[in-house]
Amino acid sequence: MAFKGAIEIDAQHCKGCGVCVANCPTGSISLSRMVNGKGYNYAEMVGDACIGCSACALVCPDSVITVYRVKI
Amino acid sequence: MDTADIKKPENIVYRKPALITDNVMHYCPGCSHGVVHKLIAEVIDEMGIQESTIGICPVGCSVFAYNYIDIDWEEAAHGRAPALATATKRLCPDKHVFTYQGDGDLASIGTAEIIHACSRGENIVVIFINNGIYGMTGGQMAPTTLIGMKTSTTPYGRDPKLNGFPMVIADMISHLDGTAFITRQSVHTAAAVRKAKSAIRKAFEYSEKNIGLSFVEIVSTCNSGWKMNPVDANKWMVENMFRKYPIGDIKDILK
Repeated sequence: MAFKGAIEIDAQHCKGCGVCVANCPTGSISLSRMVNGKGYNYAEMVGDACIGCSACALVCPDSVITVYRVKI
Repeated sequence: MDTADIKKPENIVYRKPALITDNVMHYCPGCSHGVVHKLIAEVIDEMGIQESTIGICPVGCSVFAYNYIDIDWEEAAHGRAPALATATKRLCPDKHVFTYQGDGDLASIGTAEIIHACSRGENIVVIFINNGIYGMTGGQMAPTTLIGMKTSTTPYGRDPKLNGFPMVIADMISHLDGTAFITRQSVHTAAAVRKAKSAIRKAFEYSEKNIGLSFVEIVSTCNSGWKMNPVDANKWMVENMFRKYPIGDIKDILK
């Protein structure tokens, strides 16, 4: 059984600290080149390797990540 | 399967805890305070004790913690959170009372309060955030600052001859008979966050048993005060802070 995941990031409240990027086991999250209203390079999902493990959301200090996961 | 097919309400496995308010946290990017707030909110929500929990805010960066977790709060004078918690718990013994303190608050100006609260065996939970620096006031040396660590008041590094040695509060209070559960955790990786959450839950459960004070130290980072980016600060913490403040349970009287 395999899992496939997706994340949704509240870009306006993300502070772009990058802790989620360092903790993602599949490299599915990176800091955007765009900035949000406060001038931070917010995090965004990249690629389709996400397995929905929630590691990014667990270490997020501002609770801006929602994680979805399905069995495939 | 497309990402849009996965993003459905029934597939949510992790979301912002219900007790965390929508206020934007004033903490610096990457600050450990946000993660610990989240864990406390999750534990209170899972135990169903929102209505009976009273938190005591410290003075320090987390002075505004009452804006972020949707429970009842009191605001203590600098370092006096354990004294306020003692009064609250004794007057309302059926409530869950916890203090949330940093190292500048608990280990410096509040040393007498925490030592005597532990000695009396008050049935409260103490969450102690140890980042080895005064974060709010501009990165001055704290009692927990490591030897050789540069801060704005020790620009050449902490020298024990001039500034003394770092205080290891959790080990000190483990010798007091009034303490029930003492542990030291961190929140820099997903695994560490899960362990810290179960430690905080255990501390709240022990406070219900009326067997003494539960103390959870979280070794954390202050990337602004340490002058590093958040990811480097986490690495620096693992390489340096964990040597002086090793992670693990220090005391558990029910074991």
